[in-house]
Amino acid sequence: MSFSHLIGDWHALAVLFVAGVVPNQIWRMLGLWFGGGIDEGSELLVWVRAVATAILAGVIAQIVVEPPGALASVPGALRYGAVGAGLVVFLLTRRSIFAGVVTGEVFMLAGKWWLG
Amino acid sequence: MPAPPRASLTRAAASPVMQARFLSSAKASVALPPLDSSQWQSPLRAFAWGLRSITQTILTIVLFVTYLGIGALAHDTHFSLLWALCSTLFVWAGPAQIILITTLGSGATVIQSALAVTVSAIRLFPMVVSVLPLMRTRTTKRRELVFAAHLTAVTLWVECHRFLPLVPRERRIAFVHGLGCGLVSVCLCANTVGYFLAANLTQTLGAAILLLTPLSFLFSTARNSREIADVVALVLGILLYPLAANMNSGVDILVSGVVAGTIAYGVHWWRAVRA
Repeated sequence: MSFSHLIGDWHALAVLFVAGVVPNQIWRMLGLWFGGGIDEGSELLVWVRAVATAILAGVIAQIVVEPPGALASVPGALRYGAVGAGLVVFLLTRRSIFAGVVTGEVFMLAGKWWLG
Repeated sequence: MPAPPRASLTRAAASPVMQARFLSSAKASVALPPLDSSQWQSPLRAFAWGLRSITQTILTIVLFVTYLGIGALAHDTHFSLLWALCSTLFVWAGPAQIILITTLGSGATVIQSALAVTVSAIRLFPMVVSVLPLMRTRTTKRRELVFAAHLTAVTLWVECHRFLPLVPRERRIAFVHGLGCGLVSVCLCANTVGYFLAANLTQTLGAAILLLTPLSFLFSTARNSREIADVVALVLGILLYPLAANMNSGVDILVSGVVAGTIAYGVHWWRAVRA
């Protein structure tokens, strides 16, 4: 991996600024400016939170359904199985994030090893 | 450090005040000097206590794992390490960074990505609104809160509600700066490690690192789901995505997110009306 590889090009950094930095900082600074008058329990914020959660859920689904990079080498059934197994253990352990993540990983690695 | 009694905390979450669970979990497990201690007299000390507090929460490990995954994801979608580190420093919102990387990586335009990221970032608004009053004193100027607002993301928001009642009010900004800087540093290290691991590991281990991201996001979101609307949004959001992806609109995540989120809000509204 070369040095220029690690730096990348300025175009990509400009895209990061436009599509990543600005869309996030806008909301933070609006919160800072207009924060005082908004009721935290208002109906609008309930909807906003639900949409934000569902978008996040979509991201999770996208990574599992259309996996990037090396994850694409894992068969679909094994990816879904790993998430399912992790979810079961997460629920059984009274919502332990750690136990869920470890179970999902072990399931995937064991399946990969078993399939050869 | 004794582990907080998680099970009972989850049960206690029925309170409509969302931070109640975190407040009640705090007292037993946080090792900070008493409020009247001379330790709090210097802002620098308060910063150091904030920095040290990253060792007091399991969320630091969750963040490390998530950002390990983001580093690996950035590598596998052909972004540079500098790009990944800049995104952590200046965006500082895990979901937004992942949406940005995955949408750009799958060929969306800058506008489409920006739109998806903007919608996902709306949640930062209520977080900032609810967290800044905890740090404000009567003499606090707005510009003193800018950096704290930048550091606000889900982890800091949760931890502020846990730690800040144990910090004297006039030292809270310094404390939050320390806590935030500590968390950002951990994530920058994780990005770098993940990036190089993805570059050098076998395909199987590379896949394992990429799998960390959906797993840690799914479970940490599920853990933070307090109301029926949150749970419905999470489940429907996952189920509707494959349908939306078939439409090939370029803003699949946005479509499934708005539809699933609105249905979830409808469930919330319907239950409120019936009650």
